Order: sequence, then C-alpha cells, then structure tokens
Amino acid sequence: MDDRAIARCLARMASEIVERARGTEQLVIVGIQRRGVELAARLKRLIDDAESSHIAFGKLDITLYRDDLQAVGPRPMVGETTLPELDGKIVVIVDDVLYTGRTVRAALDECADFGRPRRILLCVLIDRGGRELPIQADIIGVTVSTGAGDRVDVLVRERDGEDAVAIVRGT
Amino acid sequence: MPTPLGKDLTALEYLSADQIRLILDTAEPFKEVSERQIKKVPALRGKTIVNLFFEASTRTRISFEFAEKRLSADTVNVASSGSSVSKGETLVDTARNLEAMHIDMVVIRHHASGSAEFLGKRIRSSVINAGDGKHEHPTQGLLDILTLRDKFGKIEGLKVAICGDLLHSRVGRSNIHGLLKLGAEVAVCGPASLLPRDVESLGVTVIPHIEDAIQWADALNILRLQLERMTAGYIPSLREYNRVFGLSTVRLDRAPKDLVIMHPGPMNRGVEIDSEVADGPHSVILPQVTNGVAVRMAVLYLLAGGAPDWAQAGGSE
Repeated sequence: MDDRAIARCLARMASEIVERARGTEQLVIVGIQRRGVELAARLKRLIDDAESSHIAFGKLDITLYRDDLQAVGPRPMVGETTLPELDGKIVVIVDDVLYTGRTVRAALDECADFGRPRRILLCVLIDRGGRELPIQADIIGVTVSTGAGDRVDVLVRERDGEDAVAIVRGT
Repeated sequence: MPTPLGKDLTALEYLSADQIRLILDTAEPFKEVSERQIKKVPALRGKTIVNLFFEASTRTRISFEFAEKRLSADTVNVASSGSSVSKGETLVDTARNLEAMHIDMVVIRHHASGSAEFLGKRIRSSVINAGDGKHEHPTQGLLDILTLRDKFGKIEGLKVAICGDLLHSRVGRSNIHGLLKLGAEVAVCGPASLLPRDVESLGVTVIPHIEDAIQWADALNILRLQLERMTAGYIPSLREYNRVFGLSTVRLDRAPKDLVIMHPGPMNRGVEIDSEVADGPHSVILPQVTNGVAVRMAVLYLLAGGAPDWAQAGGSE
C-alpha cells in the first residue's frame, strides 16, 4: 500500500467511525502506542474537518498491561499514556495492525482502569488474521491473510518519513 | 547500546551514565500512573517484595511501598524491632529465610555501609539499597536528579551545590556520583568538620561559605543535619550552625538568579533551612517526594525484568 491508498482507507474509516457512533458527540479517539497514535491523530483530523467537531483524543501505552511481561525477561520501554474522560463515552481504539488480539486485550483492561465507556469500538488499518483471543475489529482498513512467519510493516510519515504498508513474507 | 541494570541497585557509583538515564526515562511514564484515579498497573503482578528496614524511615519506606503497590506487587514489611532481628539473627540468615519463602526482591535500609551490596552477593533475589549507613541512597539520588532534570531540562553543565552534613550523608554521596556522571558540576559546602576528608577526590569543589555557594550555583541541595548520628561535637551549637550555614531568605535574596532549592527530608526547620525558604516559591521539596514514587517504580520495573529490550523500543508491533 502506498500513501494514496492509505489516505483513501483512512478517509473511509473516518466516516465509518462517525456512522457507527451516530455523530461525533461523546466520541473519543484513542491511539495505541506507537503507530496507532499517529493513525488516530489523522482520523481525528479527518473527522473534525468533515464534521466541524473537536473530538477528544488520547494515547495509550499498553506495556504495563502485557500478559507476557513476566515472561519476556528484559523490560520493554514504556511509552506515554494520556487519556481524556472515558465515562459514558464512545471510545474508538485505533491501532495499526490487528494480529493475535493480545494488545487489544491489554488496551481494554487499561481503559477499564480509567473509566467506564458506554461503548468501545476497535479500528485497525490492517487486519492480518491469526487471532489468539476472541477479539474482532469493528472498522478495518484492509484485511490480508498472512502466515505466522510473515511480518506486516506499517510506516507512518510522522515517525518513519513515509506512509506505506508492506507484507514481508517469511521463509 | 546501554548496559542493562543487572540484579541489584546498590549505589549510583556503580552505574553508567546510560543506566542512570535509562532509569530517569523510565520514570517519566510512571509519573502519570500516580495521577490516575485507579493508581495501579499490573506490571509486577505476582512478584513478592520484602521491605527490610533496620532503621527508622517514613518517607522512603512509604514511597517504596506505594511504588510496589502501584505496580501490583505483593509486599511485606519487616522492621528490626519486633522481628527475629531483635533476637540476634544475622542479616544474611534473615534474608535467606525470607528467600526460602520464595520472594523476588528485597528493599533494604541498614545502618551499616555496604550492607546492601553484601546482601546482594549472598542471595538470589534482587536487592535495592534504600540507604546503607553513610554510603549511598541511590533512589534518593535518582529522584533528586529527576527533579533537577524536570526543572532545567538537562543535567549537563548544571551547577549544583550540596550543602551541610556531607560526612554522614548517603544522600550527598549518591547525588555526587549521579550528577557527575551526567555531566553536572558539583560543589559541596559545609563546616570542615562535616566534610569527608577526601571529598575532593570524588570530583567536587569545596566552597567553604554558603554565601559563595549561593552566588555560584543553579540549584542547592540542602542536607539534613543528622543529629542522631552525631556522637562527637561536630558543631558548637544548632544556633551557630543556622547562623553560619542556614539557608535563609536574607541569604537567598542575594543570589544573582533564581535558585532551585532541594532538601531530602526530614527537615530540621530553623537549623539547615528556614521555613520561609522551605515553603517558598523556589523550593521543589514536595515535587521531590512525588518524583520519588515514580523513580522507585522505574527501578522496580527494570530490576524485575533484567535488561530493557532495546530492539523493540523503537520498532512496531
């Protein structure tokens, strides 16, 4: 996927979010560190431009909620978490790639420690299959089928200098 | 690539600049955890930590306990009075017995210098030094440095004067080692009787008069006069100490710039620091306490897992 394909995808996802939430009132967009944050910020801009709204925005780092933290040995670096009020809101969690579902499980647990949203939607740019938990996305950019050895690389302009999605097939 | 922290944290003297920066950077996101409504993350779930305090402590013990609990660790507090320590059990025996109950970490405060390192070499669990005699108090040094970094943006080139009872101060020693490693200039100021004889060999300058330290420094760390450790007559009287070395608004008003004032607590108000200064606009004494919890969370988090995964730190999931 190149930058134009990603832009078209995000535009469609933005309008789908508004449709699913029936408007922008009570809407909160939350990006999962790291590249989910950039994608979430762009979705927020797209929605705000189209709807003349100011929807609330947050960042979520799930490191401390990982279920493999006791097993990974060396500690991963912890990123920033800043969340607005979540009680009674419609929260859209945004991530770049949905794979095992474990990151989303951690994000749901972390959100629960911040408040009780009315509803939580999951929005991902790439759904690559391979779920290990009963979790599915509500809004999906592209679905691709991949094997366990494959890698899906999402690059975003803000962090990587370009917008691109590449599937690197494992041997 | 920075070196991992290793098993124990016993002294800032043994850490590299990168390791110190790693702890400070890790402390940043932990500040936010303490501001949440539910001040708890599951990072250390299932870890058991023993707080072994052979000396009185309020701030440090509670700070460690908050840090442990906010990371979801299970904690047990052992004080020397009312435990088998008062029956004459040795330090190593106490720790080995605790270890037989499958603990993961020991936080120790002890009156003997070097006790934390001694213990760390003899048990498998991680050992964190919460103050060992006159040696070091690494987490206090780290929280002081974090507070300075919050205030000034960086430590390199900063001029920090550590004033008062350097002779008995583990806080002073940890500050000196940590600040010098990060590129600060450090001076010490106090009565000659309360400065260690070889203090310049640590890489600091001696400024005999507090008035000169105020002219020179960007920040002052005012140490507590450790009255309980003073067996010999180090100073003629508390009043005289206050007159010659006490930090007062009168002295502070002559500073060429706004100084940041730190104190590790507990304060002897009216001795080493006057109340107007301690409660004044330049004091960061309470932010120091807040940062203490974040720094200790960072240390616990890092030691519980060994080295950070640097490859993953910048990559995508």
